[in-house]
Amino acid sequence: MVTALMELKSLRKAYGETLVELGSENKNIVVLDADVSSSTQTKMFAQKFPNRFFNSGIAEQDMITTAAGLASQGKIPFVSTFAMFATGRTYDQIRNSICYSKFNVKIVATHGGVTVGEDGASHQALEDIALMRNLPNMTVIVPADYNECRQAIKYAVENERPMYIRIPRINLPDIFDNSYKFTLTAKVVEKGDDISIISNGDTLIESIKAGQMLKQKGISAQIIHCPVVKPIDKNILKLISNCKNKMLFTVENHSIVGGLGSAISELITDEGLGLKLVRIGVNDQFGQSGTAEELLDYYGISAIKISEKVIYEMKTTIL
Amino acid sequence: MNELMQICMQIRIDILKMIHNAKSGHPGGSLSCVEILTALYKQVLKFDPKNPKSEERDRFVLSKGHASSAYYAILAECGYFPKEELMTFRKFGSRLQGHPSNLYLDCVEVPTGSLGQGLSMACGIAISLKLDKNPASVFCLMGDGELQEGSCWEAFMNADTRNLNNLIAIIDRNKLQIDGKTENIKKLDNLKQKIESFNWNVIEVDGHDISQITNACLKAKESDKPTAIIANTIKGKGVSFMEDNTGWHGKAPNDEELSLALKELEV
Repeated sequence: MVTALMELKSLRKAYGETLVELGSENKNIVVLDADVSSSTQTKMFAQKFPNRFFNSGIAEQDMITTAAGLASQGKIPFVSTFAMFATGRTYDQIRNSICYSKFNVKIVATHGGVTVGEDGASHQALEDIALMRNLPNMTVIVPADYNECRQAIKYAVENERPMYIRIPRINLPDIFDNSYKFTLTAKVVEKGDDISIISNGDTLIESIKAGQMLKQKGISAQIIHCPVVKPIDKNILKLISNCKNKMLFTVENHSIVGGLGSAISELITDEGLGLKLVRIGVNDQFGQSGTAEELLDYYGISAIKISEKVIYEMKTTIL
Repeated sequence: MNELMQICMQIRIDILKMIHNAKSGHPGGSLSCVEILTALYKQVLKFDPKNPKSEERDRFVLSKGHASSAYYAILAECGYFPKEELMTFRKFGSRLQGHPSNLYLDCVEVPTGSLGQGLSMACGIAISLKLDKNPASVFCLMGDGELQEGSCWEAFMNADTRNLNNLIAIIDRNKLQIDGKTENIKKLDNLKQKIESFNWNVIEVDGHDISQITNACLKAKESDKPTAIIANTIKGKGVSFMEDNTGWHGKAPNDEELSLALKELEV
């Protein structure tokens, strides 16, 4: 499944290209952006289908509720801006005008997490998945590479309900090939039988690399990709039961409050499993300026920091 | 009394009985928009209660969702559902939720209740109609206090930018909000000029005069710009002790108050 190509590809470009392709087939697709269409790559759609592209300007609340109105009449609106402004500023609009009504709006937010980099804390959404995950009727997807991002956008068009798709600013290597088919399920991307590491988005590749580092230290880590934070795939429990150690790790480019780690934590608690879960992510803090690499490292979600954390926990935790 | 005035009186009676029966609701802002809703549903809007999703229908958005009792009363009057159902208003299991939702009633286009969102949704509907070359119009009934939400002004800009001349906002300008007079809380004065400066066509009417409202709506349909109709109204209109009284924004009348009110209305 995992291809080891290290050429880096833009998930935002995947989004823009796929929108154009799907927009040619489906005239109900309309796209809204809030003055960042060059960054989100919705400008590709804007150039091809100017009549179906609506730039809301710097007015995210208006963008979200306009999309709700469009969806109420059978359109399929894709709504994009940075994850921070797509969810934080518009939470009430998403809750009351999209999720409550079950309108078929796709919020595709770019620039999730600390890998936004130099713009700093104001632009680094670390709470967006938590905000979207608590909304009834919402599906939350965090793709991990170019091919998966393309497939997730197709999935969004084919399935009529509100969705939040979070894509990173940084470019990423291919993990899946172009035969990959997106589903709501979690998947093992690297086999291992000591411990499990569950991740998604731009920390999946860091987790895979951490697994390779751990292997050199004699630890066999199973790497699980969980692209859908809501609805969470219960089958993940079966996957983690393959490992000998009663310890598992989640890794996310998001606050450890309310995101993937919390979703997995709820799952294992509900099932009454006596497992130790270590949530690796931004530890209830704000981000700061720096390069993506520096910030991944500082907040403990780079490959080396993940592997160090795993080793430390395995050494110090008595189960 | 002419037929339309009789309908208005009946809707006022329904509003009070519904809110009394529910022991909760919003009489003030419901009573203020009775003539607006009657003009719309009896004179202006194209619709078919038997086919609430017909392509030809004019779309209506109750942005001031708390006026739901008035909205449900006119919908029942138009035959969307039996009048007896009005007494389920705000009760567990009812389709007549505290604030209207498309999930419960087919004829409701979009959910409202959280203020400041209706006009943007109406813009979305108007854009969709234009994309489909559908000649129907979109009417959005807003509260005046609601205009304190900045998102309304984002929507005014949006409608101008997209030339949404198929969009008509009607503002129920009753000049009161929960905590007092709009002008003492956050000023809306010079409202006509404010909205005109957003390049909208603005018409001011007596919001309790059905023919003025109707004529303004018909004129608005011919406009080459989006139109706002400022309907000057009295909150609590029709019940002397509720009129222009902030205390009746969100309070149900008790038995005695209901019978007093009904006596005034049924004269």
